[in-house]
Amino acid sequence: MSQNEERVASEIERIKKGGPEKYHERNRKQKRLFARDRLTLLLDDGKIEFEDGMFAENQNPDLPSDAIITGVGRVHGRPVAFSASDSTVKAGAAGEKSVQKSLRMQEMAMQRRIPFFYLIDSAGARITDQVRLFPGRNHGGRTFYNQIKMSGVVPQIALLFGPSPAGSAYTPAFADIAIMVDGNASAYLGSPRMAEMVTREKVTLEEMGGARMHCSVSGLGDFLAESEEHAIEIAREYFRYMPQSYLEQPADATPMEPASTRPLREIVPEAQNRPFNMYEFLDALVDGGSFLEVKKLFAPEIITGFARLNGRPVGIVANQPRVKGGVIFVDSSDKAARFINICNAFNIPLLFLADVSGFMIGAAVERAGIIRHGAKFIAAVSQATVPKISVIVRKCYGAGLYAMAGPAFGTDAVIALPTAQIAVMGPEAAINAVFANQIAEMPEEQRDPFRKMMEVRYAEDIDIFRLASELIVDTITPFEALRGELIARYGVYQTKSEPFAERRNPIYPV
Amino acid sequence: MKHVVSNMAGVVLEYLVKVGDTIVVDQDVVTLESMKMQIPVQSLVSGRVKALKVKEGEFVDDGDVLLEVE
Repeated sequence: MSQNEERVASEIERIKKGGPEKYHERNRKQKRLFARDRLTLLLDDGKIEFEDGMFAENQNPDLPSDAIITGVGRVHGRPVAFSASDSTVKAGAAGEKSVQKSLRMQEMAMQRRIPFFYLIDSAGARITDQVRLFPGRNHGGRTFYNQIKMSGVVPQIALLFGPSPAGSAYTPAFADIAIMVDGNASAYLGSPRMAEMVTREKVTLEEMGGARMHCSVSGLGDFLAESEEHAIEIAREYFRYMPQSYLEQPADATPMEPASTRPLREIVPEAQNRPFNMYEFLDALVDGGSFLEVKKLFAPEIITGFARLNGRPVGIVANQPRVKGGVIFVDSSDKAARFINICNAFNIPLLFLADVSGFMIGAAVERAGIIRHGAKFIAAVSQATVPKISVIVRKCYGAGLYAMAGPAFGTDAVIALPTAQIAVMGPEAAINAVFANQIAEMPEEQRDPFRKMMEVRYAEDIDIFRLASELIVDTITPFEALRGELIARYGVYQTKSEPFAERRNPIYPV
Repeated sequence: MKHVVSNMAGVVLEYLVKVGDTIVVDQDVVTLESMKMQIPVQSLVSGRVKALKVKEGEFVDDGDVLLEVE
């Protein structure tokens, strides 16, 4: 062997070991895996198909791979690009070459239409090198520009195994979804130490930017994983629902019967005000084992997740009557809008299961911008051109009808179940609104009978058979026929190929 | 002292537990009425119910304490 050949071999061996053993040891104590081991778990057969920039900064023995591994492997047989920060090298902090490697891999993924997995475990940027990696035209900011340019072109999945601070806090935000490891992952614009200097607050890292907080309060996180292995499992599971790019359809899976054989009519109470558990409804409707919930811990009054009907993927948006009465709030609006956007980006049909008395009212939510956020939800529904079916499970009042893809929103079918009730508002509220003055002028003992009489008339007016007669809904489906009805319809509907509207960009509510 | 708080504005319809009961995380402990819906409130803590802080029929805001739990 020539001298160079030997050197190549020994360099590869050295570089693949990552940083000093003491950092590997520290990681093991914190249940954090070595970056290359994460890739082994993520990729089919544990194999990196090819790696770019392995020899970056090889002249400096302290910077194997310049703390980031970029390359391509396969997941479910399909090529995916990845970048994985190595926290055993400079705590995973990015140097000039790290940024270049990331940019080049992103450019390849954009141009060749390959999905991107971001495996994040980094202290941010090396401040000492900042002029060479932060401000310039082809520096760190460009990785976010690229993410935005790629958004909706190819799936982008972020896995946070450790810190994702400051600059890199935006990586999970620009990705389609962020999977965070409980207890280890964090994201924050300024560290607790920095926050103490600026705002005098004393807060722990976990409180301020921990995975659990982001998955349940801020809404940045989509999945809270118990361990790194679990996070990677979730990423692979999620990826099954995704196509390679917006030009392709997601793949079908083997059809399965629902996990629960409980009749839907037993799950849905007839009384409109009694709660039921929408998860039970889903278990009895979708293919068994197919439900993958997104943002489970955030705004639980609305449920968003992927499932399958006879093997075909669907994105589900469903009100959860057990939590806050299934009423829509600011966070639930945001959660739904974002999920609808993911489905529309990647040709995943949408299924809305509506049991909603409306958007929350009151001074607190008004000051929090419920109108703006609710409008965001409705905007997302409107501009989705994937097949859309809305099932009116029970009540569906006011703007709740609009948000849950009512008839006016390009919905392919609005299907009423026998318990469906569509109205501007519920009978009691409506009678109070319309007849307030009249009722106030009546003697006490006449008020209740009057109310009852008007409520009966109101109920007749909004009776679902009357609405079906007027073609407000496309059909009324018996409970036991619902799954078959949905399968038949999704089997025919395809994503519309023409764009929603011609313009530079919409001015959607944000 | 641990608390179970209301997660939205509404009226306390009924308590599903009484003082002295042991409750667990995720257990429905109170029914609120809001937006014309009956809304179960789940406990985020476990322990023994020490006190019911709001009378049935009274209004509560988002974040108001419903139960004290030890």
